[in-house]
Amino acid sequence: MNPALLSIKDLKVYFELRQGLPLPWREPDVVKAIDGVTFDILEGEVLALVGESGCGKTTIGKTLLRLIEPKAGIIQYRDQDLAHLKGVSLRAMRQKMQLIFQDPYESLDSRQSVFDILAEPLVIHQRVTQKKDLQACVFEALESTGLHPAAEIAQRYPHHLSGGQRQRVAIAAAMILEPEFIVADEPVSMLDVSVRAGILQLMLALRHQKNLTYLFITHDLSLAWVIADRIMVLYLGKVIEIGPSDRLIHAGTHPYTQALVSVIPSPIPDRSREQIILKGETPSPVHVPEGCRFHPRCWKFQRLGSPKECLTQEPDLRQVAEGHLAACHFLD
Amino acid sequence: MSTLLDIQDLAINFKTRSGDVHAVDGVSFQLEAGKVLGIAGESGCGKTTTALSIPRLLPSNARLVRGHILFDGVDLMQFSEGEIEKIRWKQISMVFQGAMNALNPVKTIGAQIIEPIVWHEPAIARGDANQRVLELLERVGIPAARARSYPHEFSGGMRQRVMIAMALACRPKLIISDEPVTALDVMIQAQILNLLKDLQKQMNLAMIFISHDLSVIAESCDEIAIMYAGKLVERGSIRKVFSQPAHPYTQALIRSFPNIYGKQELIHGIPGYPPNLIHPPTGCRFHERCDRCIDICAQSEPVLREVGEGQIAACHRIGETLP
Repeated sequence: MNPALLSIKDLKVYFELRQGLPLPWREPDVVKAIDGVTFDILEGEVLALVGESGCGKTTIGKTLLRLIEPKAGIIQYRDQDLAHLKGVSLRAMRQKMQLIFQDPYESLDSRQSVFDILAEPLVIHQRVTQKKDLQACVFEALESTGLHPAAEIAQRYPHHLSGGQRQRVAIAAAMILEPEFIVADEPVSMLDVSVRAGILQLMLALRHQKNLTYLFITHDLSLAWVIADRIMVLYLGKVIEIGPSDRLIHAGTHPYTQALVSVIPSPIPDRSREQIILKGETPSPVHVPEGCRFHPRCWKFQRLGSPKECLTQEPDLRQVAEGHLAACHFLD
Repeated sequence: MSTLLDIQDLAINFKTRSGDVHAVDGVSFQLEAGKVLGIAGESGCGKTTTALSIPRLLPSNARLVRGHILFDGVDLMQFSEGEIEKIRWKQISMVFQGAMNALNPVKTIGAQIIEPIVWHEPAIARGDANQRVLELLERVGIPAARARSYPHEFSGGMRQRVMIAMALACRPKLIISDEPVTALDVMIQAQILNLLKDLQKQMNLAMIFISHDLSVIAESCDEIAIMYAGKLVERGSIRKVFSQPAHPYTQALIRSFPNIYGKQELIHGIPGYPPNLIHPPTGCRFHERCDRCIDICAQSEPVLREVGEGQIAACHRIGETLP
């Protein structure tokens, strides 16, 4: 196994909700978006982060890049603690970590040409001083993401490009500072299925060429299964299961993971498959249920006749197999 | 089984500043009462345009070039706007994609559901109409007490349930669902799909189910029609089309989805982009992206022909033995 590139320990991110006047005796409601997560991201791996909307996937991604300030916890990047980095050293670290957003229609500045979009980070971080070199760098980045001819694409503005091409520009922009670590937040969910594969192939090819590590955020478990080495499942700001992709999909042990896998629509019509459909929706992270936070929706909890542990005690992550952890009192 | 909907040689253009977009070009299909037909394809293939033309809900720059839409044996194309209005929502209703935008934010959901009932059945007593709203809400899994809530008080999944209740309000024969679960989480998606399936069976509804997601169609439809660049390229029963896809586009589309019950490999895409429909390519519209393209594909347009029991596809190379 590769060494860890990032080690996250007991990370917490809370947001205060403002409601009405900020009176001194009124305690503001707190959204516990990330409520103590501990995990490693190994060098060179693709770690997929999955879960329903509002479970904290994007918050984790942004916090690792310090775009959101954590409330507590350690984000160890090699030998530095990112959570407490400031000023020049934070800026230096930022070059090593980049983000690819979901929506290539929103994430690119519509008033900048493709050339300006790609040149900006190089100028800000003073990587290139000669105009000639700047052009060479930008063209090379475009070519490496499959945008030919680079000289022509560079002149264009985002609205001239299709969704797939825009996402390639966004990837080129993320790669131009030669980062080590990329957070990709639903990078293909806005794209047509026929162009998805091209973008994913590009991301995986760049991973090998440039020795990248990815945190791949997605709500699509079947996609996570084909592209990631490991999958981490999040529920209401907690990690409930983490393990090698294939194991997690076909031998997942947490009742939530099992339910999520059972409802993945399959392109092979097989109606005999048993689906576990959870009732209701994810509860609000302002009022997290006591005990195991999943118990109000848990099918196993009901089947076992509401055991007391689930109501009173929060389960910790336990090892199920080599590199496979899950947080449930009643694992298979 | 009786044919409820019979679409014959439908062609629709959109007038734009750069020219006429041939969005739908010669599409024909039939739908039997009580059956579910899925229409799949990439964005811009004409699937929504085809479906919206049935209750005549296309934007004003759309023009019906030719074709017939026979609903229950009568041609809707001959109907005046007033006559269409009587059918719309009473016999043919819709469930749209963004339940967020499809509902009126300043009216309670009860008031919105009652609207089509009162419009189509002016003689109905207010109390009966109210009673029906409450029944509809219960039916889609929303507590009747929430009829007085506003759309913003509901989550995305609940709003989609409200949309479904509204679509059922006048007991239609046909429901057109346009990407009904696309913006929803997987678990909510499964809940809504099951709800639609149950209601469809209980009420013996015919349904057109539009989705870009083949797996969702595989799970919820009886038949599937695949569209590409305004043309119908393949059609057949779910089982047939998914087990023996005949058209290269269908094959490529199926390979674009990961299947957790199959091999763990990276999905395949389709090189290139769909063609510009102002000047559609000659010959087969898919030939530029097709890996089995030969000379004839660029010259003459393939016609739909039978490739199996109840399965048709339009490709010159069907019937050849595969290498």
